Parts: sequence; structure tokens; C-alpha cells
Amino acid sequence: MLMLRAVPCLALLSVLFLTGCGTLEPWVKPYERAHLADPIMSADRDPVSSSYLTHVYQAREAARGAEGGHGGGCGCN
Amino acid sequence: MLLLCCLAARAGVLPEDRADVLYHDYEGGGVSVSGPSVLVLKKIGQNVALTGNYYVDTISSASIDVQVISGASRYSEKRTEKTGGIDYQHGNSTLSMSYTSSVENDYKSDTANFGISMDMFDNMTTITMGYVRGRDTVGQTGNPELAAPLDRQNYRLGISQVLTSNLVMELNYEGTTSEGMMNNPYRKVRYLDSTDTVRGYSLGNEKYPNTRTSSAVALGTRYYLPWHAALSGEYRFFADTWGIDAHTLQLGYTHPFDDHWTLETTWRYYTQSSADFYSDLLPFEDSQTFYGRDKELASFSSNSLGLKLTYDFFKEGWHGIDHASMNLAVNKIWFDYRDFRDLRVVLPAAEVGHEPLYSFSADVVQFFVSAWF
Repeated sequence: MLMLRAVPCLALLSVLFLTGCGTLEPWVKPYERAHLADPIMSADRDPVSSSYLTHVYQAREAARGAEGGHGGGCGCN
Repeated sequence: MLLLCCLAARAGVLPEDRADVLYHDYEGGGVSVSGPSVLVLKKIGQNVALTGNYYVDTISSASIDVQVISGASRYSEKRTEKTGGIDYQHGNSTLSMSYTSSVENDYKSDTANFGISMDMFDNMTTITMGYVRGRDTVGQTGNPELAAPLDRQNYRLGISQVLTSNLVMELNYEGTTSEGMMNNPYRKVRYLDSTDTVRGYSLGNEKYPNTRTSSAVALGTRYYLPWHAALSGEYRFFADTWGIDAHTLQLGYTHPFDDHWTLETTWRYYTQSSADFYSDLLPFEDSQTFYGRDKELASFSSNSLGLKLTYDFFKEGWHGIDHASMNLAVNKIWFDYRDFRDLRVVLPAAEVGHEPLYSFSADVVQFFVSAWF
């Protein structure tokens, strides 16, 4: 049920955003993005490590999704 | 699977060639899990990148479930997971596909992953979409008859947006549907039984629904601080058709000390409600349509503190390596259950259901070396 509500919301946000692109100018110029390019600002600096930690939590929690890594197996006994 | 998260950052640029070798160790609640993980990402020409991941869990368990339910002292098993993937970058878009196979003696899993990632609005916006299809076969040691299928599908949608020269935000949605056997064949429920004059209860097999649909929405942000450090925060809401709601909050702070040393600290809080059909103690056998007593479906919360120390070296390059890093990451996790009782404590039959609530802590250690070339 939540999925049914969330998908249209996200789609609407996307449409609003993309529509906005037609009238808005990009306000952060490429030469202003030095800080954003710094490795400490990377969303996933070490994928091998974050993927492992995601597995540690997924095996012990009921919640799943929207966090990146996905794999099979359980290893939770 | 790793591919998608690598690409989420910048769709129009393939990630740098890299190799990671990691050793992981988990100790908690009577369970030890350790093993290696090796990840290699290599570009072929300008538009194609290949990835491969080899991952092993070597498990030795004398968990509360093993002790109470099966009466065994300890068991060991091994899980091996292999992933192969390919990225194709064209203009501001990247298409990715990967395939993961996971095998253990009583569980087999195959997963195919498809994704597309697009940079737009002068690279200030990245949109990602993904679809995952998986098929598992659930078995049970000592029961060659059991080979139950489980089909999984995941749908992903994400937006990453540069807001200022110091601030990025990300919104991700993931829906999942599963159909098939989802209960662990080794777990049991317990129900009141007056004929058991010692414990006051008996054990029976679990009965789960064979479908489950869930949704997760996560909003995350990263902010660059003026003294060359980064602050991150993420909140995720999760709900499923089994009646479980969960909230996850994570905060992080990354601080480079000089050209070589970086320290990252994280705090993660997680809480979930129990599944509708979860019961620590049923009033009698078959008292409801579905029933389970897995602690993963109980109501609980956990807190996790993490420290990661990174040492960057070969910064001027060395024999074809552009740069490399050595990393030590340590996490301490505390789990506190609100309706899962510790049955290792045996009370008189008249006091059944008043056993202390279960809690445990876990230590997670990772050591890994990364090289970019």
C-alpha cells in the first residue's frame, strides 16, 4: 500500500523537477564544485566496505532497500 | 550489485579502475562470521567497465536460536558469493547489468541487476532507476526433500541533487516483492502447553505468509564543512505488508587530518515494530493463521557506533598504481529486543512468558586495502 502511494509521489517530484529544468539555470557552476569533488564528499567512498556492512544489517533486520548493496543468502542463524 | 552504487555518484563518468581486498569479521550473540571480499573494477576502452566481486562468509554459530531450538552446541557453514557486472556509458547516461550467485549448503540464490543512471541539468542532477530479479532455493540440512523456491523483485528510483557548492541531497525509493518460502526452516514458534510440566511450553514449526511487499524511502545529505571535513545524515522509512514499520537514522562525520590520514565516525540508530504474525509465546498450537518467532521479525532497536581510519599512500604513483589506501573500520552494535525473550533462562512452568528480554552486542571489524590504477 505504501509503495502505491510512494511511487506516484516520487514520479510527481521527478516531473516537477524536470519541468523546472526548462526554466531554471544550473546555479552551481562546474568551477564551483571543487568541494563536491573531494573524496570525502563521495556518497560511497568504499563500495566493498559499505556493501559488506549493508549485508550485516540486512541479515539481522526486517527492513531492506534504498541503501545500495543487494545480495542473496541469509547467514543469519 | 556494487556497480549500481558506484555509478550513482556520476552517471556520465565511468568510475576509476580500482581493486579492493577486504577481510571482515563479525562476532556477536554467539555467532562468528568472517572471510574475504575482493572487488575489481576495470575499464575496457572509454565506455565500458567490468566489475567482479568474490565474497565469502565463514559462519560458526552457537546463537540463541541454535542453542534453544535445535539443542545443538555449534554449527559451521560457508557462503560464497560471486558477482560479475558490466557498465556501458554513453553521453550522460550509464547502463549497468550485473549477476550475483550465492551458494551455501542449504541456500542458493541467483540475482540479476539492471540499472540506468543519467546526469542532467549541467550534471547537478543524477537520476537512477533499477530493477532486480532474484530467485532463491531454500533447503535444510538433514531434509533433502526441502527445496522451496523464493522469487524476489526490486524496483528502484533515485534522485541525487547538488544544492550548493557544499551541499548534496539524495532521495531514494525501493520497492520489493517476494513470493515463496520466507521462513527459516530451523526456527520454531513456542506455545503454552500445560502437559509440559517443566517448561510450560512446547515448540512447533513456523508458518509464514508466502508473499511480502515492502517499500523503503531514504533521504540523505552530505555537507562540506569549511575546515575540510564532511558531515552526512540519512533517514530511511520502511514499511511492509507484514505490518513491520522501521526507522533508520544515520549520522556521519569525516575528518582528514593531513594528506595521509582520514577518520570517519558514524552513529546509526534503527528501530522496528514486530510483524503482525510474530509471537514470542502463542496461547495454544495453531492459534492464528500465520505464526513466527524469528527475532528479526520481533520489535527491537539497535544502536551502532563506527570508526574508520584510512591511510592514503603511493600518492605520487607507484608501478602503475595511481594511489592506494589502507583502512581499518570497527563497528559496535547493540541490539535490544522488546518482545523476544531469552529462553536460555529456564523458569518454573508457572512463570512461562516472564523470561528476561533478549539483548546482545556485536563487534564488526573490517580491514581492507584499496588501489586505484
